[in-house]
Amino acid sequence: MQGNFLRPPQAEFPVIRLVAEDGTRVARAETEPDRATLLELFRWMVFGRVFDQRMINLQRQGRIGTIGTIRGQEASAAGLALAMRRSDWLVGSYRELLAYIAHGVPIEAVISLYRGGVPGPFPEDVAAMPIQIVIGTQMPHAAGIALGAKLRGADDVVVGCCGDGATSEGDFHEGLNFAGVHKVPAVFFVQNNGWAISVPRARQTASETIAQKAWAYGMPGALVDGNDAVAVYAVVKEAIERARAGEGPSLIEALTYRVGPHTTSDDPRRYRTDDEVELHEKDDPIARLRRFLETEGIYEEGLQELLEEEARSVMSQAIERAEAVPDVTPEDVFDLTWAAPTEAVRRDRERTLRELREVGEVGKE
Amino acid sequence: MKANIVEAIQDAMRIALARDKDVVVLGEDVGKNGGVFRATDGLQAEFGESRVFDTPLAESSIAGVGVGLAAYGLRPICEVQFGGFLYISLNQIASQAARLRLRTSGRLQAGMVIRAPYGGNVRTPDLHSDSLEALFAHTPGVKVAMPSTPYNAKGMLLAAIDDPDPVVFLEPMRIYRGLRAEIPDGHYTVPLGEARIAREGQDVTVVAYGAETQTALEAAELLASDGIFCEVVDLQTISPLDAQTILASVAKTGRAVVVHEAVRQAGMGAEIAALIQEQAFYSLAAPVQRVTGWNTPFPFVQAEHLYVPGAAHIAQAVRRALRD
Repeated sequence: MQGNFLRPPQAEFPVIRLVAEDGTRVARAETEPDRATLLELFRWMVFGRVFDQRMINLQRQGRIGTIGTIRGQEASAAGLALAMRRSDWLVGSYRELLAYIAHGVPIEAVISLYRGGVPGPFPEDVAAMPIQIVIGTQMPHAAGIALGAKLRGADDVVVGCCGDGATSEGDFHEGLNFAGVHKVPAVFFVQNNGWAISVPRARQTASETIAQKAWAYGMPGALVDGNDAVAVYAVVKEAIERARAGEGPSLIEALTYRVGPHTTSDDPRRYRTDDEVELHEKDDPIARLRRFLETEGIYEEGLQELLEEEARSVMSQAIERAEAVPDVTPEDVFDLTWAAPTEAVRRDRERTLRELREVGEVGKE
Repeated sequence: MKANIVEAIQDAMRIALARDKDVVVLGEDVGKNGGVFRATDGLQAEFGESRVFDTPLAESSIAGVGVGLAAYGLRPICEVQFGGFLYISLNQIASQAARLRLRTSGRLQAGMVIRAPYGGNVRTPDLHSDSLEALFAHTPGVKVAMPSTPYNAKGMLLAAIDDPDPVVFLEPMRIYRGLRAEIPDGHYTVPLGEARIAREGQDVTVVAYGAETQTALEAAELLASDGIFCEVVDLQTISPLDAQTILASVAKTGRAVVVHEAVRQAGMGAEIAALIQEQAFYSLAAPVQRVTGWNTPFPFVQAEHLYVPGAAHIAQAVRRALRD
């Protein structure tokens, strides 16, 4: 009875790469970025690196709480964000902070969130769900928003993002399964950075690739070099265009690496070697894109330093704005919990505030 | 029109689908099949597959897709086939729907309805008879509506569909078809967050909701023939809880019995007894009594008639409240 079972051949998923680690072009794609977009990609990636370091510093100074690091994943985040229209919905998590900012979310909103306050509403023209902290729960939201766009006949596309760890969650399956059945305009983008805190990718799934899971949901899948910003942009753009044309959802696995710790509270030396990290650090997505820009003759001497300086200045201003935002109040929490408070909610709110005043916790001069 | 509770609920959805093109109905078997209780019978044929549609058999995404639809501006009515299956939806309701407004500083909100039949004594298989309302009452940001009559089932569902907050709408499976009454044609609402006095009386306040409201009314009828007059408070919405109506009644009677078929420990009865103790202690002539399900999982069919409080259980508790 042997030989009746089929296995998907791994060779069906070659890694899509347009620019090699040394910055040389190895392939072309119809949807790849133009010159202006290449420079934008580079600008955002440099910003992401500065942002990450500044946020870690703020945490070390006690000015913000625990934050996830994004170092090494700048190409994936910038590539996916720039391939979207601003009216397309970004539905992601804390590992996509750079994508949120590049999509139009104010930097101070992100800082406010990590200061432990209310982020403030995103601007009206930025289509995005909140930065998700609960793992994988956003995937059915992405399917639902995309279904909404389809039902209304709008041409919005939804990009739902998660990490390799989240692919183990039931909501990853339920979201992609729903999207496949209802053929909604969604792109599911998995940043496979190799680690879910201390658990390696091989301990999340026995599947050869995450990309091949697409087949089971009746959608096309792609495996892309997540440190190649040019390839990420091209692949996401292709999937978005297909979704916008009514051809349904896609799954993209971006292979990248979390160079830093999971968060500022994590010590990766407990579970992985420095050698492994050093090996991956050599494949720096920013250095790769810079070499590509140089070989294409787009790079001007001193650009990276200029962009770093600009990013530092932008961050300083954003930090100043975020730190000027008053702390969240108990009133804010009640008023943002209910859109239509009932009489009981109003009375409960007043009781809580009265008790806080009595112990001197609010209303202090 | 004359309607039972399922028909009243169906009528509410038909009216909502007709008056607002953003209203959509989704869930398992809600399309061609019209739902296993026929609550959506004929709606897909009338409004089309883009308004009323089947989902894959996956209760987390029924709620989660609802969150996405609501965030996009639609008005989803999600059907979860049986109350016990809400365990699977709980994460999306509690960690997502209830907090979307807070997380987005009010920019987005999950204005959606999650409908599910709840409760036992109808000989269903395992996990089809649970009463999980306390889980949702413990989840701020979600309203929990539990109708007890055709009139409030229709009016509260129409109010829930209009409500900008997520509403868990738990329907009394046991009396889906047992109770037929005249209800108004067309659109009307019964406001969420308001209890009603289902029967006036001056001796003991009986607080109930959902299917147990009808059982409490039966008990009140039995007791009336013995000269004991119960005031039956039907909560209608259990969260946010209309404390004022409960407290006003207890101030009048001085005695209270709280009834539900859900598990006793940390149930609504505990919340209501604590409320009465905090705010009406000096009106009380006797300890507050609880009549509830047991501190066990919902039992198998052969024992469910013992688990779900009947009129005799409630009458006995009323007499206990009157002894002191």
